[in-house]
Amino acid sequence: MDKKQYERPIIKSLNNGVMNKFGTRNEYAALTHIEGVPVKSLLQEYGSPLFVISERKIRENYRNAKRIFETRYPKVQFAWSYKTNYLNAVCNTFHQEGSWAEVVSRFEYEKAIKNGVPGDKILFNGPDKTDSDLRLSIKNNSPIHIDHLDELYRLTEIATGMDKKPRVAIRVNMDTGIYPMWDRFGFNYENGQAWDAINKIMASGKLNLVGLHCHIGTFMLTPSAYGVAASKLSELALSIKHQYNKDITYLDLGGGFASKNTLKGSLLPGSDSVPEIYEYAEAITTAILNAGFQPDDLPYLYLETGRALVDDAGFLLGSVISNKRLSDGRRATIMDFGVNIMFTSFWYDHKISPAQEFGQHTEDTILYGPLCMNIDVVRENITLPPLKPGDQVVVHHMGAYNISQSMQFISLRPAIVMIDNDKKVHLIKAAETLETLEKGEVLPEYLKEFNI
Amino acid sequence: MNIKKNIAISDSGFLFNPSTGDSYTLNPVGQEILKLLKDGNNDEGVIEYILKNYMTDKDAVEKDLYDFKNMLKNFKLIEDE
Repeated sequence: MDKKQYERPIIKSLNNGVMNKFGTRNEYAALTHIEGVPVKSLLQEYGSPLFVISERKIRENYRNAKRIFETRYPKVQFAWSYKTNYLNAVCNTFHQEGSWAEVVSRFEYEKAIKNGVPGDKILFNGPDKTDSDLRLSIKNNSPIHIDHLDELYRLTEIATGMDKKPRVAIRVNMDTGIYPMWDRFGFNYENGQAWDAINKIMASGKLNLVGLHCHIGTFMLTPSAYGVAASKLSELALSIKHQYNKDITYLDLGGGFASKNTLKGSLLPGSDSVPEIYEYAEAITTAILNAGFQPDDLPYLYLETGRALVDDAGFLLGSVISNKRLSDGRRATIMDFGVNIMFTSFWYDHKISPAQEFGQHTEDTILYGPLCMNIDVVRENITLPPLKPGDQVVVHHMGAYNISQSMQFISLRPAIVMIDNDKKVHLIKAAETLETLEKGEVLPEYLKEFNI
Repeated sequence: MNIKKNIAISDSGFLFNPSTGDSYTLNPVGQEILKLLKDGNNDEGVIEYILKNYMTDKDAVEKDLYDFKNMLKNFKLIEDE
């Protein structure tokens, strides 16, 4: 007689509560393949856990966003936000599609140069640029986005001794009707700081003001806020034209478009509640087109979109280490991936799918990571089929920030592979070893020996 | 460990406790184990039955049975001894 498929016995209490008017979230359909490649074979070959990037999805997202903006506005340029995911394979996929680079530190700048991005196509943001960073950017003709007055004065001083006029933009912060207002970066629009900075630049004669930049926030769920931002930047550009008869080359609306991840506490999953790219595009382009520019004088629209272009192209595969029961009877499952490689789990309820088929019964569980730290909670509550040790899962929407913000805390960082358009798997970063962790460490001679 | 005699289990895995009014659902393996326990089988008997009829190993069943019985205790579906 053939034996039946075994599933861990479960008993679940039925609670008569108020029904959720949105119904139950069905987020536990099995996902056995990614881009046609079996999850099982990926984990077998590269070990568990494993990050997987879909090249097809990156290109599709980019082309989609580009088409949406270009059908609404004639001059659009994307610049890949390096900090969102600075794996060279990811950056170069975007560069192959035509994206420039947007960086916020020296090492990101050097990475972009090393990847082959021409200097004048690297936008340099961020509050911390050293004299050496500024000199290098001037030499390479990179647009420098000035964050504060000290940087403006420093740059003016450095430019005095150089034969090249730095191409600069100022970062403008503003009230776009959203809370909290991001005002720590750049110069404020409403209190006149931004206009003062523009006057200082124009008066100095040492800097070439080519752009205006803003970054109004992150994971923005209100597209109309971008409309307000675009209007305010346009107004500044038109004032510059009026006052100094100078055309601003570009308006940079920064990043911040939301991905399809689900923010903690939201009623609906991100797939149902997050605005589509065209909604952001409509708000931004309408505002610029209606601002009053002459058609021939329309500035370029630069976009530093990161998260919305890469989040759903990244997956994290992992395995169950153990199941346990907490003191109050709740089920807990320990996974082999934790918050050290899932930084975004602090604000998202990541969608997690089992990677093998299962029966119709499910149970609520807490998902813990493998770290010996109380904060290592991957999902505070998730409905999953009864998983057993060794079962595999797929975490969705992991492409943005998780890899760049990951750390070797207790657990080393896993390998990362990219699946190309022909379903071929490429190792794009090897799993870390103790040698990786200790690289650069120096142990003083007198501490090398001990007796215990 | 004795399962309360008055609880009702349907063939579709629905369990009703008339003394509290609480109801529960069980998956097929849960149903089988509960019936075995209700019929007076001890742990060895349950494990033997599951190993004979399902594709699994002894360690897994032992662990799962321990957890399942704890849940029955937690839900007060067991007679006071």
